[in-house]
Amino acid sequence: MCGIAGLYHASGETPDLEVLQRMVSALGHRGPDGTGFHVEHGIGLGHARLSIIDLDGGAQPIHNESKDVWITYNGEVFNYLELRRMLEARGHRFYTNTDTEVIVHLYEELGDRFLEELNGQFSFALWDRARKRLVLARDRAGILPLYYARLQDGLIFASEAKAILASRRIDAALDATGLDELMTFWAPVAPRTVFRGINQLGPGEMLVLESGKETIRSYWHWQFPAVGEHRRGDEQVLQDELRTRLAEATEIRLRADVPVGAYLSGGLDSSSLVALLKERVPHALQTFSIGFDDVGLDESSHQRTVVDHLRTAHHHVQCTLSDIARVFPKTIRHTESPVLRTAPAPMQLLSRLVRNSDVKVVLTGEGADEVLGGYDIFKEAKVRHFWARQPRSGWRPALLKRLYPYLDLTSAQSAAYLKEFFGIGLERPEDPCFSHLPRWATTAQCKLFWADDFRRAVEGSAVERLRAELPADIGRWHPFNRAEYLESRTLLPSYLLSSQGDRMLMASSVEGRFPFLDHRLIEFANGLHPTYKMRVLREKHLLKEAMKERLPSSIINRHKQPYRAPDAAAFLGASAPEYVRELMGKSTLASYGYFDPEKVTRLVAKLQRARVPAARDNMAFVGILSTQLWHAQFVAGVSVD
Amino acid sequence: MTDDLREQVRAFILENYLFTSDPDALGLDDSLLGRGIVDSTGMLEIIFFIEEQLGVKVKDEEMIPDNLDSVNKITNFVASKRQAA
Repeated sequence: MCGIAGLYHASGETPDLEVLQRMVSALGHRGPDGTGFHVEHGIGLGHARLSIIDLDGGAQPIHNESKDVWITYNGEVFNYLELRRMLEARGHRFYTNTDTEVIVHLYEELGDRFLEELNGQFSFALWDRARKRLVLARDRAGILPLYYARLQDGLIFASEAKAILASRRIDAALDATGLDELMTFWAPVAPRTVFRGINQLGPGEMLVLESGKETIRSYWHWQFPAVGEHRRGDEQVLQDELRTRLAEATEIRLRADVPVGAYLSGGLDSSSLVALLKERVPHALQTFSIGFDDVGLDESSHQRTVVDHLRTAHHHVQCTLSDIARVFPKTIRHTESPVLRTAPAPMQLLSRLVRNSDVKVVLTGEGADEVLGGYDIFKEAKVRHFWARQPRSGWRPALLKRLYPYLDLTSAQSAAYLKEFFGIGLERPEDPCFSHLPRWATTAQCKLFWADDFRRAVEGSAVERLRAELPADIGRWHPFNRAEYLESRTLLPSYLLSSQGDRMLMASSVEGRFPFLDHRLIEFANGLHPTYKMRVLREKHLLKEAMKERLPSSIINRHKQPYRAPDAAAFLGASAPEYVRELMGKSTLASYGYFDPEKVTRLVAKLQRARVPAARDNMAFVGILSTQLWHAQFVAGVSVD
Repeated sequence: MTDDLREQVRAFILENYLFTSDPDALGLDDSLLGRGIVDSTGMLEIIFFIEEQLGVKVKDEEMIPDNLDSVNKITNFVASKRQAA
């Protein structure tokens, strides 16, 4: 990966190198192998390097032949070898062996269309001196982050908010509307963040600054065919095509001058990647996994099954409740955001295990659920649509009970109650947000704990804002595709790829690569009729069929188990760390001002006496604690661990 | 007697789902599901409360909104079970 930072002054003033150095210094965890700077009239570019390709020669920022196009870049262009051959054939001369350098020459060749040729994960700033033009860009799925803030005299940008804050040009403060979006969608939707005044560039977007004018436009977004225009075909042919595309996406992601390993969760997605990798990697492939003491969350036996079947060199770390509590403050320093689950914390331990094993790059299965139809929310949506055709049916909603075999459901979960929850929005199945309304309504329960003054600071409705920004043709898409689109816009980039993904990898200076998010694979999958992804209620149907010869049947046929970590339990009880008592105490709650101290105290008391903590209480607790930790570390500047 | 029971039920819901002791936060006929105060997994706790603290057994077929979806409904349900016992 790496970290980038920069300053642009519309007046043409030369940025202060010392400010840039402070910004880059804050990104040391993203780039421990070296730093680099380029400063001239109007622009300063900074870089913190994690050396993956061209270890000796790849220092950044990088320039073109005439040194009037410069780039500071975080990411990898996986098709760089092919692009370089094409560019050299057209007369371009290279001075490094990096993938990065390809971009400056491609920009010379194609202008803004250059982005369309890149197959990779990236976040970068490119400066075109001849036109005094700054281009910021982020990859299509949102794998890598890019933040920016508008200043009086220009723009400041960086891979993480902490670098922007290190410039001291912006103060840290919580954006109430950003927190409102987080407590609806699990994370704010681009351009919003939880920081007031700091924005994020959206996935598939580019920002151009030229002659004092700023334009943001989308160069790629998740697209789906209209109903009736999906691709259908012979199932065997489609399975083979999926497997071939996935294998190719995996293969190009092995391009590195350092060892590449893989995460192995025990689930279908990472197991598929490891199976395909094994066919290509001549030496022992290193794989990494986490385990939990809680039997309901642990997947160790499935991990073992895959390790034995594919014979990988496996590393495992066991994560206890006290581990989670201990690392959680650091987790929030890296997520730079409150979270509603503790799930990022074990990912931090996992990336540390990778680093300690001298591996710098891992392949991981994120994105498979969004691209190939893996989530329960897609199943729920299907059942609810079926039910909406006969709203008074009793047995149609009972199908919903089939959806949760892994939860500890008792007879109290009668059809009547499931009906109430999943019935939200049932009367408007054509609403593009139909699939997600129940989840968003549940998440919004966290807001019950807000202090009244804080609640008043929230602007507008998160759901209405999102609805207004949906693509014009979403009404013509299949409902299944609408659900996939919503995931790609909300949960995937801003929570999964960020708080659980990039941020936890970078905390240990490890680069993650995501074959399922290769944009050609996404485009292929998006074009398929939903029946190939969810066959009745069998999720990821096509992937399972494509991989069934290569993986044990216990892995192919496993019930989907979403990755989860223990929540409030990690922070309560006699061995709870001091910071929990301090930050969740009435006086700190009152002083920070976000939450009602009386309500939070009752919530904590309820969790302490509960036999089976309610999911919504767990989520609220983690949301409140992480917001308090966020404020303590970013706003109050207090050290917590 | 039924008034005591009603207060007990209201206090339990206020404390455990609205996290407040302010009685105005919950109307006696407010739908717990409709207002989003309790969800399907949350009903477990209410049933534990009825069985363990109010001493009334709840059969599977009795776990329906008509018996459980408001302070008044819970109170009437429990009172009638106690009378029948």
